[in-house]
Amino acid sequence: MASSATVTANQLIIMAELKLFRTWSSPFPLRVVWALDFKGIQYDTIFEDLSNKSSLLLQYNPIYKKVPVLVHNGKPLLESLVILEYIDETWKQTPLLPEDPYERATARFWAKFGDDKVLPSIWNVFIKQGKDQEEAIVTAQENLGFVERQLTGKKFFNGETIGFVDLAFGWLAKLLSLWEEVCGVTLIDHEKFPLLSEWIQNFADAPIIKESWPPRDKLITKYQALLEVYTSKEAPK
Amino acid sequence: MAEEVLVFGTWSSPYGRRVEMALKLKGIEYKYIEEDLTNKSPSLLKYNPVHKKIPVLVHNGKPVAESLVILEYIDETWKNHPIFPKDPYERANARFWAKFIDEKCLPAIRKACWGEDQKEREKAAEELSKLLQFLENELEGKRYFGGGTIGLLDIAANMIGYWLGVFEEASGASELLTREKFPKLFNWANEFVSVSAIKESLPPRDKHVAFMRKRFGMVNTSK
Repeated sequence: MASSATVTANQLIIMAELKLFRTWSSPFPLRVVWALDFKGIQYDTIFEDLSNKSSLLLQYNPIYKKVPVLVHNGKPLLESLVILEYIDETWKQTPLLPEDPYERATARFWAKFGDDKVLPSIWNVFIKQGKDQEEAIVTAQENLGFVERQLTGKKFFNGETIGFVDLAFGWLAKLLSLWEEVCGVTLIDHEKFPLLSEWIQNFADAPIIKESWPPRDKLITKYQALLEVYTSKEAPK
Repeated sequence: MAEEVLVFGTWSSPYGRRVEMALKLKGIEYKYIEEDLTNKSPSLLKYNPVHKKIPVLVHNGKPVAESLVILEYIDETWKNHPIFPKDPYERANARFWAKFIDEKCLPAIRKACWGEDQKEREKAAEELSKLLQFLENELEGKRYFGGGTIGLLDIAANMIGYWLGVFEEASGASELLTREKFPKLFNWANEFVSVSAIKESLPPRDKHVAFMRKRFGMVNTSK
């Protein structure tokens, strides 16, 4: 956990009880890990097994029964992007969102686009076969095209430093190449997506990201197993 | 510099109306542009090239899309009559429930009214009941979701406050939101549509019912 943030007495009180419920591999709780680490905030971690959810998790998140859940002084916060905004409003150092309202709206728009469109479209490429997969690739690359253009003239979506949108797209920086390897399809190549390719490198190289990323071989095994489940469901064409 | 605020919407969409509700609550003047979604204007395509959808708010030439993102922008830009709570935890709560409404309640409402067959509609109605119970609980001790005055979550819940009733009437569905099952929510809906900024932002009811009935049919037969 790297940080040069000065911790004030007030912040120590605020930090008093901070617990993060996560799994070892899910990218959504990782957004919260990154946000807290970037701001130099200490917290306890509770690892969940989603096939055997703890009663605490079910109590804190009865609607979705999912991770992440961030519990701050006994009060639960749900939904990773909502949690990120809460963190940014509660701890002001190393801001994740810009100050200007228009830039904030832009950031929120792209984070939502990432979750609503980009991620599902890439997941479709991963799990589908044959003609369905070809169509999924077209959609995914169209979506990625919009994202690529957002990086024009910038190192990160947030500018010179990592911010809200970078954390929202963090899964792309690390999981995509893994999925590409497991299913044998290349979605992002340096020629078609030069800015995204570079962003992936820059983001993945950031120490906080590197330190917190789950072990690659374990992830490969997990996604290989998942892909087998999906391909065995598919009817032969 | 004179301020220019444009709102691209359609007369029947709850999403576009959310934006108008927020602007009206804050007394912000704007120009409304009605879109024909079967024949989208070049302006709409220019301002929202990613989704090509309404609503879009254009403030001094700069477009903002996605209704909940627009509501945040409006509140951060025009500070009078705040629609977001001040406290970070309450803000997170409001954002969570707004997302819940869009991702869970709205699809359930549509399926409960116009699902493919009666079985699907009944299943969706059951699901909707469970979802509405959560919102019922959120109203505990409060006149509006925002407390004493209309806030973000009230506006985000406009579909439940008004559109649900229209959909029920148009589709013949019934008993989805009753005073018996959800007394607080039922009461809230009546209070909500009485607020002048909200009332002024609602589509004309008869026209709306007729339009939805024509478009989707009166598929629920009375028991």
